[in-house]
Amino acid sequence: MNLLADPRTRATRRALVSLVAFALLWELGARSKAWFGVAVPWVGHVPPPSAVLAAWVRLLGDPGYWQSWVASLLRVLAGFTAAMAVGIPLGLLLAMNRVCRMIFFPVLELLRPIPPLAWVPAAILFWPTQELSIAFVTFVGAFFTIVLNVVGGAGAIDVRYFQAARAMGATGWNVFRRVVLPATVPAIVVGAAVGMGITWEVVVAAEMISGGGSSGATGGGMGFFIWNSYIGGAYEQIVVGMISIGIAGYACSEALRRLGARVTPWLVRA
Amino acid sequence: MSAVIERSLAAEPPAAGQRERVARAAHALAAWIASPRPWLALLGFVLVAGFWHLAVEVWKLPRFAGMPGLVATWREFTSRDPVYGLSLYTPEYYVHILASVRRVAEAFALATLLGVPLGLMLGWSRGFREYVFPVFEMLRPIPILAWVPLAILMFSGTESPVIFLTFLASFFATALNTMLGVESIDESYVRASRCLGARPWQVFVHVVVPGALPSIFTGLQISVGVAWFSLVAGEMVSGEAGLGYVINTSYTNVRYPTIVIGMVTLGAVGYATSALVRLAGRWLMRWRAREHGDAR
Amino acid sequence: MRAEAPRRGRLSIEDVVKTYGRGEAAVAAVDHCSIEIPAGEICMVVGPSGCGKTTLLNAIAGFHDITSGRIVLDGETLCGPGRPQARPGADRVVVFQNGALFPWKTVLDNVCFGPRMQGRAGAREIEQRARALMAEAGLAGCERSYPAELSSGTRRRVEIVRALMNDPSVLLFDEPYRALDSLTRSVMHESLLQTWYRDPVTIFFITHDLEEAIFLGHRLVVMTARPCRPKAVIEIDIPHPRDYGVLTSPRFRALMAEASALVREEAEQAFAAGDAER
Repeated sequence: MNLLADPRTRATRRALVSLVAFALLWELGARSKAWFGVAVPWVGHVPPPSAVLAAWVRLLGDPGYWQSWVASLLRVLAGFTAAMAVGIPLGLLLAMNRVCRMIFFPVLELLRPIPPLAWVPAAILFWPTQELSIAFVTFVGAFFTIVLNVVGGAGAIDVRYFQAARAMGATGWNVFRRVVLPATVPAIVVGAAVGMGITWEVVVAAEMISGGGSSGATGGGMGFFIWNSYIGGAYEQIVVGMISIGIAGYACSEALRRLGARVTPWLVRA
Repeated sequence: MSAVIERSLAAEPPAAGQRERVARAAHALAAWIASPRPWLALLGFVLVAGFWHLAVEVWKLPRFAGMPGLVATWREFTSRDPVYGLSLYTPEYYVHILASVRRVAEAFALATLLGVPLGLMLGWSRGFREYVFPVFEMLRPIPILAWVPLAILMFSGTESPVIFLTFLASFFATALNTMLGVESIDESYVRASRCLGARPWQVFVHVVVPGALPSIFTGLQISVGVAWFSLVAGEMVSGEAGLGYVINTSYTNVRYPTIVIGMVTLGAVGYATSALVRLAGRWLMRWRAREHGDAR
Repeated sequence: MRAEAPRRGRLSIEDVVKTYGRGEAAVAAVDHCSIEIPAGEICMVVGPSGCGKTTLLNAIAGFHDITSGRIVLDGETLCGPGRPQARPGADRVVVFQNGALFPWKTVLDNVCFGPRMQGRAGAREIEQRARALMAEAGLAGCERSYPAELSSGTRRRVEIVRALMNDPSVLLFDEPYRALDSLTRSVMHESLLQTWYRDPVTIFFITHDLEEAIFLGHRLVVMTARPCRPKAVIEIDIPHPRDYGVLTSPRFRALMAEASALVREEAEQAFAAGDAER
């Protein structure tokens, strides 16, 4: 069968075509100053993909690069785990207890629109070390998303499940453990996936701000790596860092999704 | 067919009139005030604010030593001649708010103008999606702030990079949600329109766009939130005015109450813009309001 | 009494086969199905769930292609060898199971949708005709409502008017009353017949409900379980005009008995095969 005409590989073929076209346009634009004398706007000031690739290959042997990656990942995991550890119980409490919800939900709704990075100075004032401040800000980023998703998910449980459980003699703790918890898990998974994305954003930003802002050398992590590359004029490394974070963030979200799928075998996936 | 049945099959009474709707809303408001809801919410605020006040200014807990207290901040905020230069009465306050709002508005408008059509095309045309979506999905996971140095390289000045970053965040959210909105349209609507004689572009205008509108507006709300997130970060890194700048410089210039003023203002303005988008959506999709209001 | 037979709307389904997939994984949905429907007739198609009757309807409407065979409308081949999929068009309008009135348009805009899209007449003309048809169907007064504000029965009636606005040759009904309760359903049946008496188009109507089928139709085609094929054709010789009194007549009950026996065999087969509800 003619591979070119097979509809199943058509999507892959088209993806490859557009990715290659994208890379070519990028290369042309980035080299426009050198080759054509005049720089294309925007793309003309960007390092070309060939240089980026070369820099990346070089960095693969550099332990500093890998250390940055690990540092960022650890921060992400720390903040994310903390957000889940506090957010899920709190969310469940708010969902189950109406009075608590009516007291605390409005406050949360008011605090939520404050962008996590706006908390940075307050966090620095409050926490003794810079590391803890970054962790706190990361926590804030994911926390609200997780709580909201948990409350929403638990609140949307069909009342008939409760009725069925009670009709079969379940009370209190059993209802919670066997109805509320499993039924909320899908919402927790969604909240976690979104929260994970936010966490990466915040970590990168916090690393850039705290590293690039004042005292400098301590901190490490990919955000700092990118900022440092910029300051040092190694522009190809900026792009390497960007793509690295993108891959790391995507891998984390994907891992979460797989884990979520494993934990909810009853959900029919399209 | 019997006369009884004919009469009963005659059209339903027309939808509730304007006056009835106002009366219903007033009644709902009265019921809300009489319920424990607003009082419990107030209790929540009092508890949190109270804890803050107690921790910083009354008990003077060591962890909270450096923080600005509730009373100090409030006094600063409402004084005509604030110690640190920013309060309700100073014009600078509004200048900064306006600077941030203007940037968000510009970026959001651009993101919507580019993102919605892109999302519609991605959802509507399989060929287009197979070519364009891979590149889109490759760029999307890169955290917006990782673009900062590149943005500085690409755009000259201090204003454009910030707006670019804000735009980028909004753009991805809008385009993605629009695409999902198109994909979620019930196939029956498309089929019905085609067997009623609509040509493809007519199906697009009369079915796809209105059908995707609810998702588009969900995306726009997310987009506004994400815009504020990126804007603040951008302003903190490179900016000359605006709320993010205020917060950052307040910290470096040891003007701590102003930090809190900045944060609270950000929260309020962010909430207001989100509510604006929500209202715009509700107005555009009046057919939904009736569906949910009367069904309850 | 039946109105004078209109000259168009003669539908021929000739030896149609529809198979999904290829080779090992092939699933047959329609198996050598042939049905002749003269112009102006109400043809009811009954069969167990999942047997493939909706696939057949979709093929006539142009939403699916067919693997082999031909479908001809008034001498014109809709789909057949060389052209596996018909083009959807206003000569074969579908009334859907869960209703497909556009929620974002008012009732009037919905009803006028077809002619407006086709651009065959002026705006005012279209609107006048829409109002007239709606008044005839007892729907005057809901022009400015949105579909969500109407009851499901009313929505179905609006959808039928919307279809009729296009002067279709064939009306395709895909279990339209399935989601309604049986009381509303029986009233809808009378209403549909009233509409048909005014404008006797050919109707191809899929249903599970035998009572509905025998009450409405001129002819009843009983389909086998998947893949579907006409198992038997029963002529319903109860005279028109019919009203709900017909439901208890002896002829009606005899027909019900005959049809039930046939359908039940197929239903049991489908049940044993574990056909999923669609």
